[in-house]
Amino acid sequence: MYLGEVIGTVVASAKTPGLEGAKLLLVQPLNEDRKPAGAKQVAVDTVQAGVGDFVYLVGSREAALACQPTFVPVDAAIVGIVDDLERTVGAS
Amino acid sequence: MKVCRVIGNVVATAHHPSYDGRKLMLVRPEGPRGETVGDAFLAVDNVQAGPDDRVLVLTEGNGVRQILGKEVGPIRSLIVGIVDDIDVPEPRA
Repeated sequence: MYLGEVIGTVVASAKTPGLEGAKLLLVQPLNEDRKPAGAKQVAVDTVQAGVGDFVYLVGSREAALACQPTFVPVDAAIVGIVDDLERTVGAS
Repeated sequence: MKVCRVIGNVVATAHHPSYDGRKLMLVRPEGPRGETVGDAFLAVDNVQAGPDDRVLVLTEGNGVRQILGKEVGPIRSLIVGIVDDIDVPEPRA
């Protein structure tokens, strides 16, 4: 699982079966210092996140397990909205 | 599994039901001598780990479900041990 910031919404009217009704958001993955880490990606939202939210995601097959029904064709899912990230070691 | 250092905690009120009641921690991969060897990521705690602990992190979803139960969905990383010591002998000259 990893941290990210929601930076936009994605609208796709033609979708592969299984993705109907899925809310897609554009996410910038973040490192422990909340700095961008890696390429932006599209993730399915399961927690009613919005643009500007600091979130955490799960990738790969586990992303599909976050959805109802499972086994939908996704590879990243937003599974939590971060209220507070407490750094106990090496805070900058 | 990866050897990591616990470097923080995550508080998230809005979360997927699979995370109900679970402690989510920020961990950073470390080499045998404490050097950072990768980017930090999040893991659910299963062993009552604390701040600055060196821990063993399982990062494979099927293994995680074997421990937490197969109804648990979107959890991919789980802290499964607290490392007491790692011994790496110096290579012979």
